[in-house]
Amino acid sequence: MNNAHLIISAVSMDFTNPDGSTFRALQNVDLAVSKGEFISIIGHSGCGKSTVLNIVAGLYQATLGGVILNGREVSQPGPGRAMVFQNHSLLPWLTAYENVELAVRQLFKSHKSQAEMRDWVEHNLSLVHMTHAMHKRPDEISGGMKQRVGIARALAMEPEVLLLDEPFGALDALTRAHLQDSLMEIQASLGNTMMMVTHDVDEAVLLSDRIVMMTNGPAASVGKILQVALPRPRERVKIAESPEYNHCRHQVLKFLYQRHGATQEPTPADAVASDKALSKVTPLNPDEKKTQVLNMAS
Amino acid sequence: MNTQVMNDRPVLLDRLALNLGSKPIAWLRALAAPASGILLFLLIWHLAAPTVVTSLGTVPGPVQVYQQFRALVAEHRAERQKEKAFYLRQEKRNAIKLAKNPDTRIRIRKYTGNPTFFDQIVTSIYTVMAGFLLASLIAIPIGIVAGLSKPVYAAINPLVQIFKPVSPLAWLPIVTMIVSASYVTDDPWFEKSFLNSAITVLLCSLWPTIISTAVGVTNVSKDLQNVSRVLRLNWWTHVRKIVLPSAIPMIFTGLRLSLGIAWMVLIAAEMLSQNPGLGKFVWDEFQNGSSNSLGRIMVAVIVIGLIGFLLDRIMLLLQRKVSWDKSVALR
Repeated sequence: MNNAHLIISAVSMDFTNPDGSTFRALQNVDLAVSKGEFISIIGHSGCGKSTVLNIVAGLYQATLGGVILNGREVSQPGPGRAMVFQNHSLLPWLTAYENVELAVRQLFKSHKSQAEMRDWVEHNLSLVHMTHAMHKRPDEISGGMKQRVGIARALAMEPEVLLLDEPFGALDALTRAHLQDSLMEIQASLGNTMMMVTHDVDEAVLLSDRIVMMTNGPAASVGKILQVALPRPRERVKIAESPEYNHCRHQVLKFLYQRHGATQEPTPADAVASDKALSKVTPLNPDEKKTQVLNMAS
Repeated sequence: MNTQVMNDRPVLLDRLALNLGSKPIAWLRALAAPASGILLFLLIWHLAAPTVVTSLGTVPGPVQVYQQFRALVAEHRAERQKEKAFYLRQEKRNAIKLAKNPDTRIRIRKYTGNPTFFDQIVTSIYTVMAGFLLASLIAIPIGIVAGLSKPVYAAINPLVQIFKPVSPLAWLPIVTMIVSASYVTDDPWFEKSFLNSAITVLLCSLWPTIISTAVGVTNVSKDLQNVSRVLRLNWWTHVRKIVLPSAIPMIFTGLRLSLGIAWMVLIAAEMLSQNPGLGKFVWDEFQNGSSNSLGRIMVAVIVIGLIGFLLDRIMLLLQRKVSWDKSVALR
């Protein structure tokens, strides 16, 4: 695993509470990602999956351990690890085009001409199918379109790793499906390494090469990693009937439910309600979890 | 979008006219409440004023105040006539002098009549804008820096909190002394009384802008700050592209508060520093003590109120023009 593209090595993260005490959010998170891989991080709310992503982005500094990208340690945020934020984070006073342009100007000012920069902005907007509304401002376009622009902005930075923090969490099911398809299309053509935080089991199975399941916080860690051996390109309708898809889905649900206090074996019908159910599950106490992590390790 | 609006304009006008014609009731209803408020106020004023007797006679009612307003307009017209006549006479005299001896050096004498009520309004607006604009130029950068840096904020916050509640009347003597000591030239650009008033206005209208700007800058969304960090924007680009547009609504909130304070402070400052504006007008009428004085002061009060209101509206229009967030309500 030493030649991996991106290595998250023994990362622990402490946060300081307002009263001065510290709170360990992550404990010994290890992960190696190879180039072009699509990784999903899934786990219960508050388990620290976004924290992992923020550490990879360089927005947070890990208390212990570190992140190595292409053999170099990550110490600060940068365009090489572009982030698609949950709530799009577009500048509301700029049009879609100008939002992407801000990134392009900042990064390629010295080695692209005006015309090249304009083409590059438009190219990235066309990748996410947004050329028709590129001169509209964020408040004039729908949530899904905003997220598309957010992705275009991130892609325009030519990142080595594209980080997506619950990018489709706030969207309706149909829009989400469209955007997932777009994302698969983009990954197929550009071959980006992508890391996505999600709490949608279907999304994780559909998009990922591997699914990283995290244990509950505090002191969350990687519980289990599941390989999704579905052939690409994947079509959501066809895939839904394949045994591998259902197997993977079942594995993830089993991890999320069984090990966290749910009494019943999940049925496919439960999966729909899984989002709501997940947030209600009570967290384990830390001692129980340690043994659990050990069990999984063995 | 724009072209559509342009094309629609005649239709829109038609529709408006139609609405005016067919639905006058709606218009009346919209105007009814404010109009009746004003009428009620005038009525109470009219009835109550004659019952209050002062050493300058009874307090004038709305009718007398209106008469005083007419008188002030007439005085203004008369003064302008006199000025015109003065310059005409001078021109004639100069022409005659030149005809006698083409080498005479012609000196144009300036008219030195008293400033009228309307001249005083202009002076007041000019003075308040000078103080307010200077204050804004100082306060906005300070607010931005304070909002971006916690240590800077902590350093200036106590000063702002202490100076903010200081009355203009307390500043004025200090300002006067400093100006008269340091502004010594033979050919002054500005009157000292103007400088005293403008600087006092400046000192009182700094604080709301500083505070609002700092708050606006501190509240720039975390996500947008993260975008800036991922893009590694430098300090100046960060301020220009992320911070300033985010903080514009709060900056304008501060500016509007400041301008309101500036206008209030100005009247007091002009009274004491004898700057030939509305404050001086009120003060002179008070000192004058004729039977018309109270009426004339009331005209000034109403005009001061109307101008303050107008200044606020202008700021709001400016905010709408500058800010990306067009949803700011007219309040």
